[in-house]
Amino acid sequence: MEWMAWTWPTAIFFLVIAAILLIFTVIGLLRPEMPRVGILQIETTRGDRVFITLLGSAFINLAWLGLVGANQWWALAVCAVYAAAVFRWV
Amino acid sequence: MEKTQNNRAWLLLLPMLAVVLFSAIIPLMTVVNYSVQDTFGQNVFFWAGLDWFREILSSDRVHGALGRQIMFSGIILAIEVPLGIIVALSMPKRGAWVSVCLVLMSLPLLIPWNVVGTIWQILGRPDIGLVGYTLDSLGIDYNYTQDALDAWITVVLMDVWHWTSLVALLAYAGLRSIPNAYYQAAKIDQASRWKVFRYIELPKMRGVLTIAILLRFMDSFKIYTEPFVLTGGGPGSSTTFLSVDLVKMAIGQFDLGPAAAFSIMYFLVILLISWVFYTVMTNIDKQEGM
Repeated sequence: MEWMAWTWPTAIFFLVIAAILLIFTVIGLLRPEMPRVGILQIETTRGDRVFITLLGSAFINLAWLGLVGANQWWALAVCAVYAAAVFRWV
Repeated sequence: MEKTQNNRAWLLLLPMLAVVLFSAIIPLMTVVNYSVQDTFGQNVFFWAGLDWFREILSSDRVHGALGRQIMFSGIILAIEVPLGIIVALSMPKRGAWVSVCLVLMSLPLLIPWNVVGTIWQILGRPDIGLVGYTLDSLGIDYNYTQDALDAWITVVLMDVWHWTSLVALLAYAGLRSIPNAYYQAAKIDQASRWKVFRYIELPKMRGVLTIAILLRFMDSFKIYTEPFVLTGGGPGSSTTFLSVDLVKMAIGQFDLGPAAAFSIMYFLVILLISWVFYTVMTNIDKQEGM
């Protein structure tokens, strides 16, 4: 695996994503749910909302990096608020 | 009677998962690892944090390539979609000519990208190429290797030549699926040709046209081989699109860190657009199914 040039931060990043996917798979199995229509006027399941959250968070981080450029941890805080909004209203 | 649940079918997915793992997931993970490090070869890496992302986000070179890419995709969609619809509407609906037209339409799609680039590179040459020689003989100063506008016109023409038939074939499939009763009703109502197109044909083609726009947008947004073979991204950097620039950065300059950061952002944009199109398409299917 050395050729993949692993670092601890990237390993933690992928472990967090894998954990999110695993947790939501387990939740999906234990508590199945029906799709719902939110403010985007599209049907979304819990999995769709995870995808929208992850993709949106990537863009929030990039926007923070490009526009603010410092204190990247605050971008994560914005992502947390965004995730809560997605799960509540989308 | 109770249904028996057999989950062994999931095992059949394993080969597909293995292929995706080795062809997509592991390379993508490696790119993420590269994007936060710097290397001078020999598999030795130095931590760089988010520096490469900062550099790419503020790079005039990448901004230029992105602008050219958006302009290129916009131009070819604005030409290929209406042209494809016009071609589909002009194609015969029955008889022996249908097969002839379908084969002729499919031919450009079967030619590999690098061959298309080579064909147009030769066609455009002022000394031996049909297009270049004819234009020069008519007194038009055309040289795609030296003039940026000429290079753009040639790249756009090449893409239109290569891919309009895909839009035409998809639109034709959409047109053929319209029941004859619709046309008969329009005839009874004495609808004009424009109204038949606007209220019958266009709504019925909406699904296939969305697919055509998605495919053409994604393909044009990732275009590499054709402009690389035709112009090499030149003259200057006038036809250097995102992927051409990315390859120059990654392989030409061996700047793996910045190239990896660039790739991730490129991937995210494509993922976002694909998701938007996928959502729109599935919603159209649901509405049509109602």
